[in-house]
Amino acid sequence: MSDAALLNVVLFLPLAGIALLVLVPARSEGTIRGVAFWVMVVQLAATALLYVHYDATVSGLQFETRIPWIPAWGVYYQIGLDGYNILLVLLTAFLGPLVVAGAFSAITKDIKLFYAMVFLIQFAMLGTFVAQDLFVFYLFWEAMLIPMFLIIGIWGGERRIYATIKFFLYTAFGSILMLAAVIYLVYSLRTTSGVTSFAFADLYRTQLPLSVQLVLLSAFGLSFAIKVPIVPFHTWLPDAHVEAPTAGSVILAGVLLKMGTYGFMKLGFPLFPDATRYLAPLFMTLAVVSIIYGACLALVQNDIKKIIAYSSISHLGYVMLGLISLDLIGIQGAIIQMVSHGLTAAGLFLMVGMIYERCHTRELSAYGGLAKLLPVYSVFFMILTLASIGLPTTSGFTGEFLVLLGAFKASWPLHVAGDSLPLVLAGSAVLGVVLGALYMLRFAQSFLFGKAKAPHEPVTDLNLREKLILAAIVVAVFALGLFPNEPLSKTELAAKEFQQRVTSVAIPGGAR
Amino acid sequence: MVLTLIVLLPLAGFFANGLLGDRLGKPFVTVVGCGLPIIAFVLAIKSFLVLLAGGGTPIVETVFTWARIGGQSFDIAFWFDRLSAVMVLIVTGVGSLIHIYSTGYMKQDKSYARFFAYLNLFLFFMLLLVLGRSLLVLFVGWEGVGLASYLLIGFWFEEADNARAGKKAFITNRIGDAGFLLGMFLLFWATGTLDMDRINAAFMSPKAPVVSASLVGILLFIGATGKSAQIPLHVWLPDAMAGPTPVSALIHAATMVTAGVYLVARMSGIYMHAEGASQVVAVIGVATALFAATIAVVQTDIKKVLAYSTISQLGLMFVALGVGAYSVAIFHVTTHAFFKACLFLGAGSVIHALSGEQDVRKMGGLARKIPVTFVTFVVATAAIAGIPPLAGFFSKDEILWFAFASERGGSLLLWAVASFAALLTSFYMFRLVWLTFLGKSRMTPEVEHHVHESPKSMTGVLAVLAALSAVGGFLSLPHFLEPMLPLPAVPEHLHPLETPLLIGSIVIAFAGLAGAAWFFGNGAVRAERMRQRFAGLHRVLAGKYFVDELYERLLGMPLCWISEHVFLRTGDRMLFDGTLHGLAGLARRTAGAFSRVQSGNLHLYALLVVAGIVAGLAWSFRFV
Amino acid sequence: MLLLVAMALFALGLIGVIVRRNLLVMLMCMELMLNGVNLSLVTFAQQTGTTAGAVLVFLIFVVAAAEIAIAIPIVLVLVRQRRTLDADAYTDLHG
Repeated sequence: MSDAALLNVVLFLPLAGIALLVLVPARSEGTIRGVAFWVMVVQLAATALLYVHYDATVSGLQFETRIPWIPAWGVYYQIGLDGYNILLVLLTAFLGPLVVAGAFSAITKDIKLFYAMVFLIQFAMLGTFVAQDLFVFYLFWEAMLIPMFLIIGIWGGERRIYATIKFFLYTAFGSILMLAAVIYLVYSLRTTSGVTSFAFADLYRTQLPLSVQLVLLSAFGLSFAIKVPIVPFHTWLPDAHVEAPTAGSVILAGVLLKMGTYGFMKLGFPLFPDATRYLAPLFMTLAVVSIIYGACLALVQNDIKKIIAYSSISHLGYVMLGLISLDLIGIQGAIIQMVSHGLTAAGLFLMVGMIYERCHTRELSAYGGLAKLLPVYSVFFMILTLASIGLPTTSGFTGEFLVLLGAFKASWPLHVAGDSLPLVLAGSAVLGVVLGALYMLRFAQSFLFGKAKAPHEPVTDLNLREKLILAAIVVAVFALGLFPNEPLSKTELAAKEFQQRVTSVAIPGGAR
Repeated sequence: MVLTLIVLLPLAGFFANGLLGDRLGKPFVTVVGCGLPIIAFVLAIKSFLVLLAGGGTPIVETVFTWARIGGQSFDIAFWFDRLSAVMVLIVTGVGSLIHIYSTGYMKQDKSYARFFAYLNLFLFFMLLLVLGRSLLVLFVGWEGVGLASYLLIGFWFEEADNARAGKKAFITNRIGDAGFLLGMFLLFWATGTLDMDRINAAFMSPKAPVVSASLVGILLFIGATGKSAQIPLHVWLPDAMAGPTPVSALIHAATMVTAGVYLVARMSGIYMHAEGASQVVAVIGVATALFAATIAVVQTDIKKVLAYSTISQLGLMFVALGVGAYSVAIFHVTTHAFFKACLFLGAGSVIHALSGEQDVRKMGGLARKIPVTFVTFVVATAAIAGIPPLAGFFSKDEILWFAFASERGGSLLLWAVASFAALLTSFYMFRLVWLTFLGKSRMTPEVEHHVHESPKSMTGVLAVLAALSAVGGFLSLPHFLEPMLPLPAVPEHLHPLETPLLIGSIVIAFAGLAGAAWFFGNGAVRAERMRQRFAGLHRVLAGKYFVDELYERLLGMPLCWISEHVFLRTGDRMLFDGTLHGLAGLARRTAGAFSRVQSGNLHLYALLVVAGIVAGLAWSFRFV
Repeated sequence: MLLLVAMALFALGLIGVIVRRNLLVMLMCMELMLNGVNLSLVTFAQQTGTTAGAVLVFLIFVVAAAEIAIAIPIVLVLVRQRRTLDADAYTDLHG
């Protein structure tokens, strides 16, 4: 079948998976798990095939499908792969089987419903990434809320209702603002050029005055900022992570958070370039604040999931820093950092889940000397910790190094020209690497070293399934750390296009 | 491919020992763990001969492109020139010797395989560091040796303190790395590349790059400060003694800590044009040398004395770098590797003989009981003290000479402080000899009963290192490195002072020996009296000038306090969540107020219906 | 003149519904309102000479009858539960 058709298959496979699950009786748990796992594996295989077929030398959409949906409104069902989403789609497909397999022993009630929700989220996330029409994008963006709400609310921890409602309302609030902005944007396009269309390609060509751009960027930006999350819109994340079941946290940290940064990269910044440049100092400040604030907060947590939650805020601050640097190296670094964080955060949450299944506590002080009790676990934990703090040869280094280099390259000329704020911010961001080492090593210290203790001893080390899951992630981490050139070549054209769109000055009245 | 092979062999050892070591047993680990570094050493010699044959032209091996973005590419490439040759030979040579020593020292340890895996991992990263062509590869090695150091310091991790020492080392290194990164970024922006040879060429060319060489120099030096334990980032090295002694010898004496010296020497193209930065380097170097030497005088743990000694010697190396005598610094790196490794391994032998005792106050009278250890230790001590014709004399004298006479920053003051540090060095090292080996035994009977010489794997290595400490001075490295690292010029009128200064160095060395004998011979009675007389000073020195406590007060506690109280409680909970909860509460209260209309009271409903109708009618009639 | 009577009937009925608490009296007042409207319709029919008003009155009779036929049993059932005719006792549908 053609690659475009394959992309549709990849997208709708989770829905087919739900249909399959309905057919399986609720009692045969093994079959349910098997079905869920293999559907995800097939999806991953198909996505890998698309990845390999992706031509890095061609700019623009590949494997495109464009079918009229509501022609009267100019809404088309349009999906495709380009440098912006190729890596994220691969990441989502890659984490799919791992999420399913990781939940085998953790979820024991309403298994069918659970995997159906996972499928639904997978569908929504993939749809957001591959959508090339704003209507379709918004639909998928909203679609992800309900399954996540249910996953946290049904299979979550003690304060799950509070956490899930907070997550839902906070995110939905941003989305409503975004809806208003979407409608206004399409309306503007219609009044200025007579074309009624929701397609990204058309929307990029709108010429809006700066004041309008600022309002719209604020609306879009707020919605994305809540999702990323950027300080000060981050408070839903620690609660959501702590109360969510492991699989929920993995999906949340692994992919969901990237939807925010993807939104900035694909829509927020390129659609409103003048406003972006105008607000760049603000975005840069927020990014650096996120980096440092997230790290400082991670330093004083005693709940192991909260540590990783706050570290996510810190890591995604790097992504925002890379994007707003508007430097090609920084942008590429941001893309890699997105994937890297997806991998390391997913891995760390999986590991937290594994220890929670054994010891039933998330209290850091309850653990100690795990390097002696669980040697294999500790090795994986150490690797993921080091990847998280950006040790060279891991994906974390690739992301952080390129982001910081890009940020610095962008801010030094500004400093020479008299504007020193970006340089101060970039310098502070470099401090982030020290803070990162501080909180993660404090975590590792209490967790792995010292006197051995763990509730519900004796604890068993990792079984084969757990080892394979973590090994897959570790291999990906090192692949991205040692050989990033291959993925970078696929995203290069998109990064260039992004840079051009945001840095080019609008020509009044004329075409772009 | 040879360079790549040199680098990858220890990595293979890491995987082999790490994954299979426990299963295949100690003999396998020994063969693989020691064998691969030895093969790397042989290959290093081969490359060295090739280099010589080629008249010193650098051998370059490009392995692959790590990333190519927007036309600028970051390559993984290896570079072998005279400087690299010296470093690689030290790393693989002394490294192999220490691996062999470890087979004896760690024989009883249950994590034998893990130890050698980590040692091999360290070697891999260190070789990346010294063979890398670009700052990127160097940085990978730089951070990597930091990792290996972290793992090895905290090797016996069941003691929380060991792990804590490892963490301290990593964090302190990272602070230096922040500066290093900034320097790297600046260089990339200015020259468009991270390849060190091209950067040096750019700075040496008549059209200088747009960025201040001093700024870059200082930033890179911050990184060097962290890695080479100079003030103010020196605090991790003494704590690092928590690791097994071979680790202290390899990482914290011979190789990793010299990475900072290597970096500055490698980037000499920048420093030659950075007067300000060079001055900073020299000043911090000499201050550290003096600072650490004063602390070493009163330390009672044999390894801590050697640790502070290392910090002090590194300071002297930076003095040499600061005055432009880059090759002399590297010379001292080499001789220091020989005698410091010998000293540390000798200390390890003593600790091994005394079943774990490290406090010199509980030693003494060991000279006859462990003769090989004693003799090698004394030879190495004489070397570090600068007694001719041993290795340390040659390198240290050159440093002192250029500290005095170099046209690029040499001064009387610099020489005086450095010489005083050298005097203290000789003094405290011989103090160590006296307290540990000579005089009457202060050991507990239990320990004394078990005193035994170490196995041949350990004493053999000690002998080799002692021999190298003895004759290493004749290697004349500055001459070898001259084509790429020329010695700084010396003003004409100072030339005649070279011989008097040389004699001065010899006098200093023997003065230290004499001083130690005076104070610590005869049961250290005079030393004890001095200690009581200057109790306050002694407490400050023994407390390491309370720098650790200062850092904790100034940085550690405020950071945690701010994070906890300002960020978490006030910020997150009160401000952000508070706003959210406030908004939610507002919504709930408004909804509550509105819901009071729904009273279920029929009459109210009826009234409202009528009122609504009347209002509607009135509204619609307003124009009538 | 008759219109005034009709308005008075309607107003009295309306006030009665709002003010009185006895359910049956409220129902009777609603009947009063309906009859007031009937009277006004007949009056208009007579004044304009058309028959539309009178026809409407027949419609209203039927609807009113049906309405009373339903309303009174509802009240009876409610009263059987609570044993009071006070409208304020029946506030279960509050928010």
